[in-house]
Amino acid sequence: MKRIRAEILSVRRLGVYHTLTIVAPEVAERARPGQFLSVAMPPDRVFLLRRHFSIHQASRRGGWAGTLEFAVESQGSGTEWLAEARPHQFLDVIGPLGTAFAYPARLTNCLLVCEGRGGAPISFLAQELRARGKRVDMLIGGETQDHVFKPIEAKRIAQTIRVATADGSMGDRGSVADLLPEMVEATGAQVIYAAGPREMLRRVAGFCVERRIPSQVVVEERMACGMGQCFTCVVPVARKDGSGYDHLRACVEGPVFNPARILWDRWMGEVAEPAPTPPEGFPVVRSWPG
Amino acid sequence: MAGVKPAVVVDLAGVVCPLPVLAASGGLAPGGGATLVDLRRLGGVVTRGLTLGPRRGGPTPRMAETPAGLLSWTGLQNPGVERFLLEDLPRLEQAGVPVVVSIAGSSVEEFLRLVGLLQHRPAIVALEVYLGAPDEERGRGRPFAARLDRAVEVVGAVARMSRLPVFAKLPYLEPDLVETARACVRAGAHGLTMIDGVPGLAVDADRLRPELASPIGLLSGPAIKPIALAAVHRVAQELPDVPIMGVGGVATGRDAVEFLLAGAWAVQVGTAMLVDPAAPVEIARGILAYLKEKQLESPAALRGRLRPPRGAP
Repeated sequence: MKRIRAEILSVRRLGVYHTLTIVAPEVAERARPGQFLSVAMPPDRVFLLRRHFSIHQASRRGGWAGTLEFAVESQGSGTEWLAEARPHQFLDVIGPLGTAFAYPARLTNCLLVCEGRGGAPISFLAQELRARGKRVDMLIGGETQDHVFKPIEAKRIAQTIRVATADGSMGDRGSVADLLPEMVEATGAQVIYAAGPREMLRRVAGFCVERRIPSQVVVEERMACGMGQCFTCVVPVARKDGSGYDHLRACVEGPVFNPARILWDRWMGEVAEPAPTPPEGFPVVRSWPG
Repeated sequence: MAGVKPAVVVDLAGVVCPLPVLAASGGLAPGGGATLVDLRRLGGVVTRGLTLGPRRGGPTPRMAETPAGLLSWTGLQNPGVERFLLEDLPRLEQAGVPVVVSIAGSSVEEFLRLVGLLQHRPAIVALEVYLGAPDEERGRGRPFAARLDRAVEVVGAVARMSRLPVFAKLPYLEPDLVETARACVRAGAHGLTMIDGVPGLAVDADRLRPELASPIGLLSGPAIKPIALAAVHRVAQELPDVPIMGVGGVATGRDAVEFLLAGAWAVQVGTAMLVDPAAPVEIARGILAYLKEKQLESPAALRGRLRPPRGAP
């Protein structure tokens, strides 16, 4: 993990996303698919926490050596500011953060599944897998065609690709998870990787467990620091020995997890559990200010 | 006269910190972001609130960003004292930074057992009794701080047993802040840490749900700075000889100076470290620059130097 001042080289608009390319050789050198960056917000504004983005591209060689790319979906004060950023502006960046996808040693047929901005880490992974001689097939989607992340690039990298959007504006109507059985059948997938919304990841997890296909997913959880300090971004993950579960930080122990070990019901708030006592009940305000 | 070279060491009535800026409880965890800061340049590190056994904490979402603040509640997730002693403390010891251990028992007995396990480690310079911890013994899960008798009982028990100085961490309590502070000191607290996060609720109007699963969280960050300053000011006026560590929204050197002027002896930095783990180093530098500018010799020279408001008799 390094902290650097990184210059913005370019900002490109792609559907609902903006992709930013920054000069960050110390980070690009180490960055692997699945890992993320954190970007500080401008100090002259009202205090804001850092924002976190999956690494979409890390160039180590060639004309773009030492650059990193990430995708911003503007959804509020911090991300809007970044979407409006201009080349030659400097960003306070920390990275690479978190765990990376593991590459299969022997198995060769990889199916990559993503929805929305989950496409950013997945397309980085696709390239790395291809560079290792693996077969890559992709299932990509999003709410609308504007949410489908770089479909043309996906087509270029992948052996075959299927697209699904919730409104049917591109590819099939529905979720990419609907296409899983057909796609596995057609491609002989031996490993599945996924990134995107929880509902989709949960279906991928269920499918992989049922078919006994090894898989890894990138999760998103609300995160304050991204560096392991605040313990807010935890995910309930079953212990290997079956003796219960732990709350693991998506920023340090994740964001890449084996989805078969995530307790999805619990994570998605469907298990009524006696939550530990919240910090309520004080102060009893009788006079204010004293 | 440009000869004044300020010293930054602070002596909290026996607890000596090389700098007047400490990492607050929850601001820093070994590993992770801690690798981005030279720990020897901190005045000290206050640990996450520790319990006897490991705590998994509550479900997510655990945080929401609110105007100039962070609303969060983890449910006291921590590795438990055993793993802390085995894994976390050695890393802090190695870094050579003074350690203040925050203890967060759910009963008086748990607090005392924590003291017994912690007080013989040389890197630990003080204990901080987290009075925001839910009292499961007599308080039906309300914080110890919510009842004066319970706050006094736990602080007194810890102080009697502990060979280390004890700081009581208080929330902003109305109307009994000064009374509670005084009672904690009478019970044996060496000093006070003020304030804990302020209870708050964030609402997601689209989903008609609270943003946090808890659903009440503690608000931290610049949003609570004036509240924390008020607490420090009120208590420092009544108890000028009691070391106070000011905490709540300190993000710049200027913020820290404000706390010192209001009567704090040192400051702790929490939420700002989540944005910049090296924030305390910058803050200490800011204090030093202010001291130089005002030709003062040490942070102690600022303590309580706040003048009466204009027009006061």
